[in-house]
Amino acid sequence: MSNQFVQALNLAAGLILLTAVLTLWIRRVSTLVRLIALQGVALAVLVGTVAWHGHDRQLGLLAFGILALKAFVLPYLLRRVSTQPGEAETDPLVNVPASLLAAAALAAISYAVTRPLVALVPSAQVRATPVGLTIALIGLFVLLTRRRAVSQVIGFILIDNGIAVVAFLTTSGVPLVVELGSALDVLLAILVLQILTNRIQAVFGDTDLDGLRELRD
Amino acid sequence: MTVFSVVTALVQVVLVAAVGPILVGVLRQLRARVEGRVGAGILQPWRDLIKLLRREPISAAGTSWVLILAPVVLMGTSLAVAVLVPYVSTRSATANSSDLFAVVALLLVGTVVLTLAGLDTGTAFGGMGASREITIAALVEPAVLLAVFALSPPAGSTNLAVIVARRVSDQAQLASPVSLLVVVALMIVTLAEAGRLPVDNPATHLELTMIHEAMVLEYSGRDLALVEWASSIRLVILLGLTANLFLPWGVATQAGALALLVGVVAFLAKLLLFGAVLGIGEVFIAKFRLFRVPELLAGAVVLGFLAVMAAFFLVQGSG
Repeated sequence: MSNQFVQALNLAAGLILLTAVLTLWIRRVSTLVRLIALQGVALAVLVGTVAWHGHDRQLGLLAFGILALKAFVLPYLLRRVSTQPGEAETDPLVNVPASLLAAAALAAISYAVTRPLVALVPSAQVRATPVGLTIALIGLFVLLTRRRAVSQVIGFILIDNGIAVVAFLTTSGVPLVVELGSALDVLLAILVLQILTNRIQAVFGDTDLDGLRELRD
Repeated sequence: MTVFSVVTALVQVVLVAAVGPILVGVLRQLRARVEGRVGAGILQPWRDLIKLLRREPISAAGTSWVLILAPVVLMGTSLAVAVLVPYVSTRSATANSSDLFAVVALLLVGTVVLTLAGLDTGTAFGGMGASREITIAALVEPAVLLAVFALSPPAGSTNLAVIVARRVSDQAQLASPVSLLVVVALMIVTLAEAGRLPVDNPATHLELTMIHEAMVLEYSGRDLALVEWASSIRLVILLGLTANLFLPWGVATQAGALALLVGVVAFLAKLLLFGAVLGIGEVFIAKFRLFRVPELLAGAVVLGFLAVMAAFFLVQGSG
């Protein structure tokens, strides 16, 4: 049973890592949104596995909440934004091979940084925490290097997923209220960003954030 | 070295050589059916090969011995790899030599010899194809090495037979994140190395897009047959390696005629499964621009690298 738990946990963590790397690789926004939904499913599986292992009913309910929010609501909202003209492809500031290599470096950094943490409790659950940190760092990288508003939102979601992974793996879940609060924060941020994208679109004709520089003059 | 192990090695090489053109035929037939055409049947590549083998090769003026030697070396290295890699059984006579680095090096020798032949003809196409092929090869080799290397820590060896035997005995490894990352990386590598669709279109003769076809443009008759046959064997080699690492069920780890038979049937079934996925998948994608190909392969290298890291940090100690 314990072995199956480790396997399910590792598989979910691996899927989350894979989808995070693929977000750097793929340019088409509709595919990106599908990847984010897949990552949401993997995150829900991860949380569900932890809940099932610890017989934690509250955490189990939370897994369903995460599934609903991250696999259905957020992708739905993102898809609505991304169907607007001029939003079909992202054009990264750093080219794709370089960002993929950067992702590899970020993963190496997170493995190095979390070593003391893993050494504290070397269980299978804690051993997977570098994955969470890697995803948060990749999200930050996406925020830095992508220009389109939708890609910015995707970077933001990656950071949130990364933090959630680290939280669930190290502490078996933060209190429900805190997690719900942060999830609602992200939802709110996306709603605000959606309105913002619409406004940017209305003024400039597309959502390239570089156009906003002109506002400073 | 028992009689069985020698028989196994022979069965393996004959099987891979025979199945190569058939796999290409299956891929073409699948493509035809999905596109609504009747198709030429899965044996058409074999008929083409037999026709070509009867014809006299004609060398272009000014070409050297490199052009004549290349198909033989390419075929030789491909067959050597077919013997080495544990496709049917991990107990064949050559299992001790089936080291990952030896296999990748043999594949690279074949690639390099063919690019030399492409340069030897002195035509624009040959040189162009050779330069593209070597660019891709330089990115493919590290990806293969990293990806398969990620599977070696549990087995404690880079010997492919040991790795496959270990994965047969310990099925818990199959659903690990390492396997997931490795299989994605290996599939990309297979597409690139075998010249399949997003990287190279095997059916095209359009000057600007071809890679493999550009190199072998000056070949004819027997030599062309050898080159085409070896290319199809390389597709089986890579697809079979991916299949056996990801789904090692049925590979014979014991000596015996029954185990060998099961191994052969399982290998063919796995090859058909992966080939079908590849063939149907190819219908729905377009060829990448050449400048996008390094992106694809950089992705494979990074996935391989992440798999190696995950193999050392995530899985070790938890099992």
